[in-house]
Amino acid sequence: MRGFALALLWLGLAAFSGAKAGFAEDLTEIRIGYIRAAASKVRLSLMDVPADNDGIAGAQLAIDDNNTTGRFVKQHYALIDKTARRDDDIAEAVGALADAGAAFIVVDVDADGVLKAAEAAKPRGLIILNVGATDDRLREEDCRSEVLHIAPTQSMLADGLAQYLVWKKWRKWLLVVGSHDGDKLFADALRRSAKRFGAKIVEEREFKDTGGARRTDSGIVEIQRQMPVLTQSAPDYDVLVAADESEVFAGYLPYRTWDPRPVAGSAGLVPTTWDAAFDQWGAVQLQSRFVRSFHRFMTPLDMQAWSAARLVGEAAARTNSADPAKLIAFVKSPDFSLAAFKGQKLTLRDWNLQLRQPILLFDGRNTVSVSPQEGFLHQSSELDTLGVDRPETKCKLN
Amino acid sequence: MQAQLARAVSRLGATVFGPIAGLGLGLAIPTLLASPALAFLAFVSNEKGNSVSVVDTDKMETVATIPTGQRPRGIAVSRDGKFVYVALGDDDTIQVIDTATFKSAGDLPSGPDPEQFALDPSGKTLYVANENDAMVTIIDVDGRLALGQVSVGVEPEGMSVSPDSKTLVCTSETTSMAHFIDTRTHEVVGNLLLGSRPRFSAFKSDGSELWATSEVGGELAIIDPATRTLKAKVRFEIPGLRSEMIQPVGVNLTRDGKLGFVSLGPANRVAVVDGVTHAVIKYLLVGQRVWHGDFSPDEKYLVVANGVSNDVSVIDVASQKVVKSIQVGELPWGVAFAPN
Repeated sequence: MRGFALALLWLGLAAFSGAKAGFAEDLTEIRIGYIRAAASKVRLSLMDVPADNDGIAGAQLAIDDNNTTGRFVKQHYALIDKTARRDDDIAEAVGALADAGAAFIVVDVDADGVLKAAEAAKPRGLIILNVGATDDRLREEDCRSEVLHIAPTQSMLADGLAQYLVWKKWRKWLLVVGSHDGDKLFADALRRSAKRFGAKIVEEREFKDTGGARRTDSGIVEIQRQMPVLTQSAPDYDVLVAADESEVFAGYLPYRTWDPRPVAGSAGLVPTTWDAAFDQWGAVQLQSRFVRSFHRFMTPLDMQAWSAARLVGEAAARTNSADPAKLIAFVKSPDFSLAAFKGQKLTLRDWNLQLRQPILLFDGRNTVSVSPQEGFLHQSSELDTLGVDRPETKCKLN
Repeated sequence: MQAQLARAVSRLGATVFGPIAGLGLGLAIPTLLASPALAFLAFVSNEKGNSVSVVDTDKMETVATIPTGQRPRGIAVSRDGKFVYVALGDDDTIQVIDTATFKSAGDLPSGPDPEQFALDPSGKTLYVANENDAMVTIIDVDGRLALGQVSVGVEPEGMSVSPDSKTLVCTSETTSMAHFIDTRTHEVVGNLLLGSRPRFSAFKSDGSELWATSEVGGELAIIDPATRTLKAKVRFEIPGLRSEMIQPVGVNLTRDGKLGFVSLGPANRVAVVDGVTHAVIKYLLVGQRVWHGDFSPDEKYLVVANGVSNDVSVIDVASQKVVKSIQVGELPWGVAFAPN
């Protein structure tokens, strides 16, 4: 009956125009901070080079959406942006945002940066929303009770892809892994998925990053010869799965493998949270609002930041409060759900504060599928067939 | 589409006299028009098929398929039964179809991306939700003119008009609210927070209750329209189904207000809810991803559109049983009966 009481909080305002006019009085101001690293913009494809406002544009759109609702519930939302050039600047940025009145801080930084933000947030009672780091360790051995994870984990992404490949009966994988740490972590997640869902990695190969520019004037001549060599004489396989978080080689694999095989993972069929082509479950509305506001397509990072700021707005509107402690208690409760155009409600895993979410699969132009796939069952939520589940977790929240 | 049309045509057999124009356009069905007055016709919008299927509930079959513009969803029949209005989301218009000829008879200026709309009880004014613009457009049906717009929450969708015509209720999906709009002044006079992603609302015929569904929140809100407060909240539990799959969308209330039928989307069921106690009486298994429905004018049947299985389920209201599935076009969405 708690839900009932909650929804009883009916918030009758006078006419819309009247509400606008009578703004200034008793309006609750909710400030959301946003910290971003000066991230690398190096990408294999020119089309994937991120815009300067990648991520924060999504948060801004959610702020606008929250404010439309806010007009009816006497809440106003504002976004404060901070760039942290180095991980060492993050604590200072958290402090500055706290001083500016932000109780919720969206962070788009690497895993170590998230931990630094958490450390600075804890004594101040702030909530960190991680939208950028997919490292499983942040939800496992390095989990923190003040950090909500909106970005999916590498294991969720790998499981989303693996379920589809298994459903497709492409069970024999050739795994090609980059030489950077992030690549290796994603490869770990892919190996775990293969084992979990009954795929077989017939062979693993490494693509060593020897440096060099992504943009060269006649690079394709070399790449066209390099990629077949990388993939020749492989044992019989159905699909090449690439782990290249660092954008070094995977984008070069489709159409260049020695054997004619599809590519998945970091290129080809890619598991992610959003794509400008996604049009299911009312997503067109969000896509068109985004394009109209920012004159570019909405990226996965934009979507993760949108979800983070919407989560705050949803919790604040439902609890009629701006108190971080109240909001976090609410988002962890069974009454909380976030509508994010994924065909079902998104909720929070209470054991590690990871947002449960479907994983979308795209080929670069269109939606190929949405995982979990049919037939992958779970006793409490099918979304928990994606990623590390409660019985396996190493997270101990305090 | 072609295959479906061919099937529909072969079923029609000799009754089809009209030309099946080269690309599957324009089926004229003269014999139908001569059929007895008791043959009720349901018009079903097919979101992917770009067509409206005409279902005869006496014959229990699809008797015609009318081509439409892009992405038909919201559908209603004029009070006099002469026209079908169907919202074309990707053509930014509401197409008007003549029920005598099954041919297009123009369109209404709906504003961009219309999905759902509501006719007022007189049938003279039509209210459309423009999801992209957080607006409601008000249309004078006879004059085919837009009379004005009202600002509402993010992604307005469900629309209903009170039986006394005085209040328009619009639900907005991302704002998760029901907005109450005075139809005379076109001003928002009240707002009520609902469960996540409210999708649809319907008034009891005596105006005493408003039922509103929340697709992501998975619940039905029973609202007192006079005070604009929540009276009760109905939750649905189906053994063996995860709560995420229970996504209430369409609502149909009997005229006496004693029974409500709530379509539960990918739960593939319609819940029968007691109109007085608000207890769930039973769940009826229908087709896949059930969206919206409508009663036959005699309230003998409720026909609901199954958005993934390309059919409609016919529910016998008295016995509360599904009596028939009828194939329609691709990805059916809404149903509207002609009054006769």
